[in-house]
Amino acid sequence: MAARFHRPDPRRTVVLGIAGGLTAVFLSAIGMVEEFIKRSLVDPEVVLGYVTIALVPFVFAYVVARPPPVREGIAPVRPGPLTLAAGAVAGLLTASVVSLFVVITTEVNVRGVLQNVSPPLLETLTFHRGVGQGVVWLLVGGTLIGAGGAAVHLIPARYRRPVVLAVVWVLIFGLLQVLIAQIFRGLKVGDTVNPFLYKGSRGLTIHGAITVWIAAFLIALSLEGQREAMRRRLAEATPAVRRNYMLVGLAVALLILAVTPQILGNFLSEVLDLAGIFLLMALGLNIVVGYAGLLDLGYVAFFAVGAYTGAVLTSPSSPEWNPAFTFWAAIPFIMVAAALAGIIVGTPVLRMRGDYLAIVTLGFGEIARILFLSDALKPYFGGAQGIIRVPNISIGPVEFVTSQDFFYIIYALAIVLIYVSWALQHSRVGRAWMAMREDETVAEVMGVNIVAAKLQAFIIGAILASLGGALFAHKIGSIFPHSFNIVVSITVLMCVIVGGMGSIPGVILGAIVLVGAPELLREFSEFKFLLYGALLIFMMQMKPEGLIPSRQRAQELHQDEAAQDAWLRREALGDTEPEPAK
Amino acid sequence: MSAQPLLQIRNLSKAFGGLMAIQELDFHVNKDEIVSLIGPNGAGKTTFFNLVTGMIPPDAGQIVVDGHDIVGLRPNQILERGVARTFQNVRLFPNMTVLENVLIGQHTRTGTGPVGAILRTPAFRRQEEQAVEKAKETLAFFGSRLVGYRFDQPANVLSYANRRRLEIARAMASEPKLLLLDEPTAGMNPRETAELTELVAKLRDEQGFTICLIEHDMRVVGRVSDRVVVLDYGTKIAEGSYHEVANDERVVEAYLGTKAGKAAS
Repeated sequence: MAARFHRPDPRRTVVLGIAGGLTAVFLSAIGMVEEFIKRSLVDPEVVLGYVTIALVPFVFAYVVARPPPVREGIAPVRPGPLTLAAGAVAGLLTASVVSLFVVITTEVNVRGVLQNVSPPLLETLTFHRGVGQGVVWLLVGGTLIGAGGAAVHLIPARYRRPVVLAVVWVLIFGLLQVLIAQIFRGLKVGDTVNPFLYKGSRGLTIHGAITVWIAAFLIALSLEGQREAMRRRLAEATPAVRRNYMLVGLAVALLILAVTPQILGNFLSEVLDLAGIFLLMALGLNIVVGYAGLLDLGYVAFFAVGAYTGAVLTSPSSPEWNPAFTFWAAIPFIMVAAALAGIIVGTPVLRMRGDYLAIVTLGFGEIARILFLSDALKPYFGGAQGIIRVPNISIGPVEFVTSQDFFYIIYALAIVLIYVSWALQHSRVGRAWMAMREDETVAEVMGVNIVAAKLQAFIIGAILASLGGALFAHKIGSIFPHSFNIVVSITVLMCVIVGGMGSIPGVILGAIVLVGAPELLREFSEFKFLLYGALLIFMMQMKPEGLIPSRQRAQELHQDEAAQDAWLRREALGDTEPEPAK
Repeated sequence: MSAQPLLQIRNLSKAFGGLMAIQELDFHVNKDEIVSLIGPNGAGKTTFFNLVTGMIPPDAGQIVVDGHDIVGLRPNQILERGVARTFQNVRLFPNMTVLENVLIGQHTRTGTGPVGAILRTPAFRRQEEQAVEKAKETLAFFGSRLVGYRFDQPANVLSYANRRRLEIARAMASEPKLLLLDEPTAGMNPRETAELTELVAKLRDEQGFTICLIEHDMRVVGRVSDRVVVLDYGTKIAEGSYHEVANDERVVEAYLGTKAGKAAS
């Protein structure tokens, strides 16, 4: 039976088209477009500013034109001419709103309120062609881009993902030029590849962009469907074979980690070091929030305790008392101090749940920072002057000085802590935490000692964070109270939530992306928290289980459905069969 | 019957504000007995279970399990003393797998802490293996419904009846002396109900649990109970065999009405 053509809902088209326009105006009015216009992705024409604003009608039109999911009992529809039309209308509406904005702000000066709505912005939005001609270009461009967004649905399913992914890769190559050029240099092919791909610091060359697109398209196309097959093969493999796969994977990962700092050079290693320190913290917070379900908004307190304990014990110039231990000798003391901090924070909040717990821990985070800043404790922690001259870490005669050296220490510890997280998750303790997260009352009725489980989570989470803090102190070489503000807590929590609560691979991805990427895109750092906020809202709405969900939540829906169907069939058959003898 | 009841309750009272949920209740369950607790909605049956499992503290009275007063103990300590329950509105750990749900039931019967888990000590591995083995055995009690590929499925994909079964398995895994079942057949179809009724009897006869259940389905009550206790407004209004209770005037008046005649036939 031929499928009907999809008829997008007109009301939805109009609403989303206007919403897209408002989004585009918002991005312009906060100065994002104007700031991004300076960054070239593909020389000479594709600049980040225009890409950003063009993405808005594209994405909204894509959503407008998306056919409903195929469900049982509903005849499937396929995209047709109306799909394109709806996309074009949405794009036109988006552009109309932007045009209206341009016309109004040309006539009325709103700079007193919206500082960024400047003549240069208006020139950018009208493509330097004056308002009249600019608006025409806007409307035509918006319509075409909208149709383009809708046209994605017309691409045969097999090619759709590869086509879109390849475009994303071109944008990534343009955006992360620093990183990618350095990787090629580190691989000793930079002299030949980079001049071909990149034009100075102006982004990709045109032939570079086309090459990247084709390469990414071919790779994505060949991998399409492979993932499913691989997962199936892995699921069907015997434990011994699976073990071998895991060992090979581990060896490859270790090899990559071993050569990474050499390839990336000093600056990028620095970025990864920072991401690594946040990874250590995120692993700890993953135990507290992800496993045990205790929302801790003051997690930075434990990070600070670790950093200060490490600094006081190892720095020869710590104010009151300076035993000048080595890092290794200080570790047991750091862990004990962190455990105590965990008990101090954990005990008063044992009876609290949810929101109350979050608010109280938020307070604890601030208390920690203020204590370290206070005059009362200045003799011990140096107040606002902090503690300086925290020595480098050394193993025997080898001293770890540069970011590249430090990379090994941080990621070695990360591997240990990843193992610890995994081991705890798959044990009696981890199960008790998860039960508590799911339903505290029932967990207690089923025998879980809530007091012990909560304290264990706080203590172990605190120890993990404190190790990150100690490494931070040694890496920076000096610590000050203002390094330990609430933003650290929020960032770590973001890593855990965006990555996937309770999922170790998710947390790793979260830390690398959310901490690493902003460092690479420092020029846009003023928009960091805006993007964090938008990302958080998007994740909570669309993918609350995170980018890489934990095992329980990752259960493929159709797998379950298939199993359920099989079971239902058996049940139905069982009905006709005589009852088994009891 | 043994000299001392497994569960002995004397003079138990609990009020929520002005509402007397349980009033000076005396109650006992002997070892190897199946006692049904019935009564109209709001009679205090679930409150009674909540009191016995320590989820809410009583205002007055004694709850003695196997010779020890358990009033004031935390719910997990009471489970350790051998009282496990299920819930009227199935309360599983929905995102944990079937096997993990049952393993939680064994929490108090196992004992390795974080250090053993991290070091993966031989003792830890052995205990973990035994626990999994035992969990699988427990699930096998329900036939082929909760075994095989089901072990690693999250509890939230199970059918309603299977969730009820899993909840019972979770309680069984804690090796209780006394099993409290709160409306085990609620929401089940007649075939499932009949099957579960048999299972309740098997729980006592084959697994050796002493059982106290709250039940609304009089056919179930009539078939499994050694003794029936009727609650109304928090007080015991009748006690005895199913037939004695079903023909008791006060019970008929308070609750069973004409329905009892139908159910008993």
